[in-house]
Amino acid sequence: MREGEKDPGLYDFRPYRGRPALEWPDGKQVAVWVSPNIEFYELDPPANPHRKSWPKPHPDVVGYGHRDHGNRVGHWRLADAMTRHGFPGSVSLSVAMCQHLPEVVADANARGWEFFSHGIYNTRYSYGMDERQERALIEDSIRTVREATGQTIKGWLAPALTHTPRTLDLIAEYGLSYTCDLYHDDQPGEVHVKQGRLISMPYSLEVNDHYGFFVYNMSPREYADTLIRQYQRLADEGGTVMCIPLHAYLIGQPHRIRAFEAVLEHIAADGRAWITRSGDIADHYLQQVAA
Amino acid sequence: MSLDPSYLDYPRRGRGMDHDFYRYSNLFERAPIHWPGDAKVAIAIVVNLEWFSIVPNDAPFRAPGHMATPYPDYRHYTSREYGTRVGFYRLLDAFARVGANVSVATNAAIAERYPQIIADIVAGGHEIVAHSTDMNGTIATGLPEDAERALIAQSLDTIAAVAGTRPTGWMSIARSQSFNTPRLLAEAGLGYMCDWVNDELPYRFHTAGGDLVNVPITHELSDRQIITVQQNSADSYVEQIQDAYRLLAHEAKRFGGRMLPLNVTPYVVGLPYRIGAFERLLAWLADQPGAAFLTTGAIAHAFRDSA
Repeated sequence: MREGEKDPGLYDFRPYRGRPALEWPDGKQVAVWVSPNIEFYELDPPANPHRKSWPKPHPDVVGYGHRDHGNRVGHWRLADAMTRHGFPGSVSLSVAMCQHLPEVVADANARGWEFFSHGIYNTRYSYGMDERQERALIEDSIRTVREATGQTIKGWLAPALTHTPRTLDLIAEYGLSYTCDLYHDDQPGEVHVKQGRLISMPYSLEVNDHYGFFVYNMSPREYADTLIRQYQRLADEGGTVMCIPLHAYLIGQPHRIRAFEAVLEHIAADGRAWITRSGDIADHYLQQVAA
Repeated sequence: MSLDPSYLDYPRRGRGMDHDFYRYSNLFERAPIHWPGDAKVAIAIVVNLEWFSIVPNDAPFRAPGHMATPYPDYRHYTSREYGTRVGFYRLLDAFARVGANVSVATNAAIAERYPQIIADIVAGGHEIVAHSTDMNGTIATGLPEDAERALIAQSLDTIAAVAGTRPTGWMSIARSQSFNTPRLLAEAGLGYMCDWVNDELPYRFHTAGGDLVNVPITHELSDRQIITVQQNSADSYVEQIQDAYRLLAHEAKRFGGRMLPLNVTPYVVGLPYRIGAFERLLAWLADQPGAAFLTTGAIAHAFRDSA
């Protein structure tokens, strides 16, 4: 990015109207990817001078316990539902999960899910890192996921959405092909980086389960209805990407998972969706569209 | 600009949790838990019975539901009292109609001020869970250990003197603990606590003062969370709890006993325009085959017997 300038220069302006058609495999209308955030939050993390880890003094028992539910309970419930309805996951991974709870990572890997990095812990932020520190974070991510799963990460979602002005340049330099950190479009597009080629992968804050439940205060069924409306519209328009970003500690709660399953059923039955993984969308786009 | 180099050190990055309180365990790989009477789903109702001083205390933090306006806040002081005088009795009647035994997480100040309520709880066959002293009795890191130990002892002693039995369970205000709390609870002789929301069944919790059982009463399914925080309607609350119940009953067929925690607040569901929906929920739950209303004490006991 252009550090310090009013326009960070992340991408070119390309209005939605009049774009060349983007085609998905088998004539599908919308590429749908489901993104469980598999995260580890530390009970007593060190302080980052730019952002507090927990709203309460440590231990934040409810905050920590709520997240931990995702790994003890929610993941297993969510993964089972996704597998039954034919949806692979594209995991935004706190890579320290590979050391702490490798059974969760191995389970996702065995289901054919893709992993991309979401930092080491969701309680360690990139704010304030120098270049050497940020390189260490990226190298740690690549190495850790490779050793645990055999996969080479292709994507990035900054830990707790904390960035530095050089994050996107660095991940492109290390050969990653997509970022989930930019929210300007319903289609992938080029991101300006110093070297290599990086595209933005449509993720979503708006239909993220956290926003649904705790920003918009939706009931589980209202959230499910929101996802179906989002899907219907993006499938009608065609050439689009729909991401469903999830947290097993939220969507995997007993009052929510059934309503969410109805969404998976709906999308699977509709027939217009390319139900896939973020890395497959990126690969397809990079082949189809010249930089 | 750079961060202190230690920010990229990860001293607890290894197998398991990043603390020694409990071990990781996948809910779906545990030995099945057996509830009394071979129930499939244990419905754990925990009513919070709270007394708010009109003079709030902000150390270590102000409790949720506490005074909000400049002094004197008649509005919140009396609205909370409404829950205790009126809403709670509506709830007691509703529980009696479906034969439910529940747990009442009770501030010691309630026992001190309103012993009649304690007598009515005991006569109804319900359990009293210690819930601090009053709503100024919040706990968090920063509260000196001696003060926290005294707070726990005062809560237990006061309730025991009025109720005639000493509580075996504890719930902190807002489920907020210090690093010392679990050990102090174990040292005070308590058998279980309800503060950690990371699971859906009881599990073992380790402290230097001995082990405890944690009975997770999740805030996610509480009336305070769904109705007060998320501002969903009472009917939506009922539908969400029914959806949760159906899911848990389905899982119970394959995985053994499940638990539905219902944390309710007299000044929330005990209001005239909401109590009908809650009564409808209780009747529906009572009708479900394999459902049983169990106190958190009975649940902790069943866990110890199963383990």
